[in-house]
Amino acid sequence: MTNVLLILFIISLLYVSIANRIITYVRVLALQGSILFGVTFLQLKDIQTWNLVLILLETVVFKSIAVPYFLSYLIKRNKISRETEPYVPHFISLLITTFIVVVTVLLANSIHDTHLDKLFFIVSLSTLFTGLYFIASRKKIITHVLGYLMIENGVFVLSLAVGNEMPNLVNLGIMLDVFASVLILGIFLNKIGDVFKTADVDQLSNLKDY
Amino acid sequence: MTGIYLISAFVITGMLFVNRNTILNNLLIIIFGIVQIGFTFYACSNYMNSVLEYFTFDSLGLLLLTTISIIAIPALFHSYLYIQRHDETPQSRAIYFSAMVLLITSISAAYLANHIAVIWIFTEMTTLSASMLIYHHRNKLALEGTWKYVFICAISITFVFIGILFLSLSLEHAGSRDLSFVNLMAFKDKLNPFWLRLAFLFIFTGFTVKLGLVPMYTAGIDAKDKAPAPAGALLSSVLMNLGFVGIYRTYSVVALTSVYHWANMVIFISAFLSIFVATIYMTKVINIKRMFAYSSIEHMGIAMLGLAAGGIGYYAAILHIILHSFVKSSLFFQFNQLYRTFQSKSIQYVGNYFKYNPAGAIVLFLGFISATAMPPSGLFVSEFLIFRSLFEGKFIVLLIMVLLLLTIVIWAFGKNIMKILFLPVDGLDESKIPKINPWESFTQYFLLFTAIWLGLNPPSIFVQMIHNAVKILPQ
Repeated sequence: MTNVLLILFIISLLYVSIANRIITYVRVLALQGSILFGVTFLQLKDIQTWNLVLILLETVVFKSIAVPYFLSYLIKRNKISRETEPYVPHFISLLITTFIVVVTVLLANSIHDTHLDKLFFIVSLSTLFTGLYFIASRKKIITHVLGYLMIENGVFVLSLAVGNEMPNLVNLGIMLDVFASVLILGIFLNKIGDVFKTADVDQLSNLKDY
Repeated sequence: MTGIYLISAFVITGMLFVNRNTILNNLLIIIFGIVQIGFTFYACSNYMNSVLEYFTFDSLGLLLLTTISIIAIPALFHSYLYIQRHDETPQSRAIYFSAMVLLITSISAAYLANHIAVIWIFTEMTTLSASMLIYHHRNKLALEGTWKYVFICAISITFVFIGILFLSLSLEHAGSRDLSFVNLMAFKDKLNPFWLRLAFLFIFTGFTVKLGLVPMYTAGIDAKDKAPAPAGALLSSVLMNLGFVGIYRTYSVVALTSVYHWANMVIFISAFLSIFVATIYMTKVINIKRMFAYSSIEHMGIAMLGLAAGGIGYYAAILHIILHSFVKSSLFFQFNQLYRTFQSKSIQYVGNYFKYNPAGAIVLFLGFISATAMPPSGLFVSEFLIFRSLFEGKFIVLLIMVLLLLTIVIWAFGKNIMKILFLPVDGLDESKIPKINPWESFTQYFLLFTAIWLGLNPPSIFVQMIHNAVKILPQ
């Protein structure tokens, strides 16, 4: 069951790479949040109330409800056009994402480690690199934020792959930090929308050395 | 007491944020100053004690905590002057001071943290509070600088977190789960080298955004340029030390394992490239604040060279970052007076500063001498020791290249500073130039002379503390 969910996660990456509308990205992020909840829930060996509440907060409430809701609010408020406006055609994006997945599979197969769950490792690394690729290849600032959130999802899977539980306090701190950074990014995105009228990265090139 | 410090600092932050009354605002800032100094004294009197499970008052933490407390007081004072002169609304004043208090608190807490994840949390908090300071002017350029800073920091912090995960994977091979530095060092022989390498690479890359090294240094330059100068002083000195703490504490674990030489190589490459990049930009730059910021990049590169070279270099690296904090913050504090005189950041429209504000001009001159490590500056001593460690470590080619680059830096820095100090500008309306009170430069003299004193005639306790801090590294 876990494997099915994880493979679904990878398919969602491929789907995003050819998505034409920004709202699709947001929906896929919400879906990924739910998948993460399922995976974490299946991984739990002994269910403690406090742990379960924390995971629920982190995945369902935060990743698949609060953040997507906030993002779609941002998109509406700043009147961001629906197109994703990539620098490269969708077909090439799909090829590159596939290439990333294949390379991470090969990479993971070359590592022999009993402490590491291979499928988790593959999913996390490919999500990470795909997120970075999205940041580099899309023109809009909002897609940068979406790429960042995708990287965060990848890191979440990686923390499951490693399986080392941080103390609860640390976990809580990390969650709040990520939440705050998304909020801050959103606030400044609003400002950029107000000041520059369009939210393209091309606008952000006035700070120079000479 | 640590709990009281953190809670009272957070309460003061909150009160500053909602308060709109001028007198209460000033009172809260003074209270915070007292709390910060009181906590520093408490920390110094509890040397090597651990509190609240996640904080240890060790040598490096105490040295840097004292540094930030010494710099925080002038920073708050100059911020007060800055806000007063700019006729700020109560709202923007509230945001400015609460962000500054939060920044100082989170940096102080991160210095003392003994668990890599706790450093991570407080580092993230510095990003959030610094972003408020950078966005203070609320214009297009400030917005651009802030966005770049927040975004690059967010990515870098994620890198650090990935590094922490790899570190815990490496530790799992040793059969342990506790990621505190003491525990990591205890299991040094059993750590898995492969994962440790990856962990170091990610943590190093992530923290370079704060330390200001290649590859992530770019955001910091824009941030120091757009933030008000008193905040820029903190970003360019104590916040960079935070990056150093993060890397140093991880490095002190890595140095005890077989990954040691590989890690040194990583640091050498990054440090050399940083000095190289800083040199290139120093020759081109015309914005005074950015010039200071690039000079910081160069100094951090030199300090990391010392760390990687080993031997006396460890001692010199820590001495270097402490002295650099004093010098660079005093230069940034001085910048405000310079800006008020000429109303420009560009070297083209600034000149003959000696005529208009001799006290400030001498600060700039002394700061230049200190920042380029000419005697009698304290940085001369630390840079000399770093070069000695490079020489003793048989890194002759690297040493020669670094010395060549530094010569170019001194030339570029000197050319610009001499222009600012002595060359008159055409078409400057002298009647508009305000009179600057020389007493405003007092704090800058204090910081500069502290740097000279600590470099040339360091008190024995200071030397002993640095030696204690580097004792954990292989000698």
